[in-house]
Amino acid sequence: MCLAVPGKILEIVDSGEPVIGRTAMVDFQGSRLEASLAMVPEAEVDDWVLVHAGFAMSVLDEKEAKENWDMLKAALGDDVELVGNEPTPKGDEDDQ
Amino acid sequence: MTSDVQAVVAELNDLCADLEAAGKPVAIMEICGTHTVSLFRTGAKSLLPSSLRLVSGPGCPVCVTSQGYIDLACDLAAEPDVIIATYGDMVRVPGARGSLETMRGEGAEIAVVYSARDAVKLAEENPTKRVIFLSVGFETTTPGTALSVLEAENRGIDNLLILAQNKLVIPAMHALLGGGEMPINGFLCPGHVSIVIGSDAYKPIADQYGKPCVVAGFELHNMLLALLHIVRQVAAGENRVENVYSLTVTEPGNLHAQAIVDKVFQPCDAVWRAIGMIPASGLELREEYGRFDALSHFDLEMGPDVCPAGCICGEVIQGQATPAECKLFGTGCTPIKPVGPCMVSSEGTCAAWFRYNRNTARTVE
Amino acid sequence: MSERKRKEEPCITMAHGGGGEMTQKLLKERIIPKLANDLLNPLNDSAVLPQVDGRLCMTTDSFVVQPLEFPGGDIGHLAVCGTVNDLVVMGAKPLALSLGMIIEEGLPLATLDRMVDSIAATAREAGVVIATGDTKVIERGKGDGLMINTAGIGVMRDDVELDASRIEEGDLLLINGNVADHGLAVMSVREHLEFDTDLLSDAAPLGSLIDTLLAAGGREVKFLRDPTRGGLSGVLCDLAADTGFSVEIEEANVPISRVALHTAELLGLDPLSVANEGKVVAVIGKDAADAVLSACKAHPLGGMGALIGRFTTATPPLVELITRGGGRRMVTRPYGEELPRIC
Ligand code: SF4
Repeated sequence: MCLAVPGKILEIVDSGEPVIGRTAMVDFQGSRLEASLAMVPEAEVDDWVLVHAGFAMSVLDEKEAKENWDMLKAALGDDVELVGNEPTPKGDEDDQ
Repeated sequence: MTSDVQAVVAELNDLCADLEAAGKPVAIMEICGTHTVSLFRTGAKSLLPSSLRLVSGPGCPVCVTSQGYIDLACDLAAEPDVIIATYGDMVRVPGARGSLETMRGEGAEIAVVYSARDAVKLAEENPTKRVIFLSVGFETTTPGTALSVLEAENRGIDNLLILAQNKLVIPAMHALLGGGEMPINGFLCPGHVSIVIGSDAYKPIADQYGKPCVVAGFELHNMLLALLHIVRQVAAGENRVENVYSLTVTEPGNLHAQAIVDKVFQPCDAVWRAIGMIPASGLELREEYGRFDALSHFDLEMGPDVCPAGCICGEVIQGQATPAECKLFGTGCTPIKPVGPCMVSSEGTCAAWFRYNRNTARTVE
Repeated sequence: MSERKRKEEPCITMAHGGGGEMTQKLLKERIIPKLANDLLNPLNDSAVLPQVDGRLCMTTDSFVVQPLEFPGGDIGHLAVCGTVNDLVVMGAKPLALSLGMIIEEGLPLATLDRMVDSIAATAREAGVVIATGDTKVIERGKGDGLMINTAGIGVMRDDVELDASRIEEGDLLLINGNVADHGLAVMSVREHLEFDTDLLSDAAPLGSLIDTLLAAGGREVKFLRDPTRGGLSGVLCDLAADTGFSVEIEEANVPISRVALHTAELLGLDPLSVANEGKVVAVIGKDAADAVLSACKAHPLGGMGALIGRFTTATPPLVELITRGGGRRMVTRPYGEELPRIC
């Protein structure tokens, strides 16, 4: 009933909105969306969070994530082999 | 098939065959619409033993939104200087006189948003308009709405209104089970709702009704594993709460989110489309936040729910019938011309069957 | 939005559409020189096309997209690619296009310039000329900045026979690369729903790729279609309905980038139903499939090409997907415009 997707926190900023508070730029493996961290005050840069409708709803427990590495990979779709080429990540074009 | 999937399927096959031979075939309800769709989409359904019956529950927020609500949203869309902010899910749901999509065709301003925060932004950017946010959803979605209300309150944004139809899962499970003999042996519980409410929330269900409850994520192996855990419990005569989505779901859930919801909303009786009124199964704005309430702002009342003739949605989402048993399924009722609520949302049981299930497929028109 | 008039920026005015001096100036200074070619240059009421050998093929398509420019492309690029591709998938060699532009008052001239540049460059890339055209200006608020219609004429090749009725059991399906990139890239800049993404629209004129496929497969290439609106699922469902055969697709073989897979998930969309550009689905006789695939992979627009499925006699005729996990499910046509979902 509710789609939620895991992504990694790239950067945390203060939204300037008093209640929303901290927001994060979250990377979903190549697409990035801003999410509020109001519901996960413990979240830090590099943490994996599960985001639903613009709000991070939980921080993936790192210990748990290590023990369940396969599960995390599955949740991320990283356990599958994909046919298809990847776009160049933004910012990389300038490095050449 | 990957080897881990294969192993789970093999054990499921054995256990279900034994149980069937013992005259006790297993039926499991997936409460959540995203599970319904994921079970089809990943092909999980095709891998399950035929003696294991999966029953879809009432866990699609769009499907259980009463027709009165849709009609109200359409009426509000026709008011002057109104912007309706809504999740994409709601745009096509038909009410008695059309959908938001048809209203948009007639000139109403309908903004599709990802997040309740976008509704706050819209209100701020359009001070001369009233922005009405269609607040539907279960426990995962409501905290964000509550926080957005607090944000608007704090910043003195006074042109945001909320048409609340938020619903609670546990009371719905009580209502399903409390009605008498329920031909369900256990529950596949929604991973993302459980992030907020915690796996402990299912304890009363497991204890009171003797049904195993297992919380699962939405990827193939995880769903199959959860089903296996339920079947194992059924075979052993147990009724515990288990959590195979421990990566993100904890026992108490997200206490911050719970507190935010509690601050802004209070439980109320709510009408579930095609099921009827379930006590304390919905949420309404607390009095302190009453000025955000679209109903009182416009002095309106929600109309009654109407179930279209011939539609057996009520039975479908209570696990008493499958979509294929409906005479209208796939003929009079399709995703393009939906009759009942279960066909309108892509998460609805009938829509998922229509879309993914070969055995009940009608030839492509 | 970006197309909206900023102060002091020169913009299209109603006078540009009046048919007088301003219209002439607009055409002569900003549009015609960029598109110049022998068919267009006389600037008569109609273009006179050269005599050709063979059957003619004609198509038309209108383009509205918001915003006009999106990651990896713009409406001008789409307007040429779309019509050219409708010709080439029929087995025609494009000769000439018409270009109708309906411009909204207030469109910055700089934006118009970029769109005309894009049209000119894409036409050159596709090896087709703009033979005739028209511009109209409509009042502010009555259009989407710029709406374009292109019609195209081509000559049918006579060494191929592209017809769905020739499809048989066992024929294979090929696609020349990643699905869903275009649709997701456009979605990333939609009003209220913007997000940042590495994805780029992959729209491209497909003439040279299709020449390559046809050269490798000849008459064994039985059908071509570009899976634009409705996505891959739309084309496959059409094929099942038209041929009376079932189509079986292997999810693991459908080319998709990790970024597109996750972005679709983020938006609650099925990547098979998301619109594509620069993609073609080919139906190929079993024996020629390997040759066509390797030709495809050697082409710049086909590096990620893959054989994704086959036609079977399973009844009723439906499209079925074998999922990555080894399960099966049906594939159906999307109902309409796909909207991002939260549940
Ligand atoms: S098929 Fe349509 S009419 Fe029948 S139960 Fe489902 S939604 Fe209702």
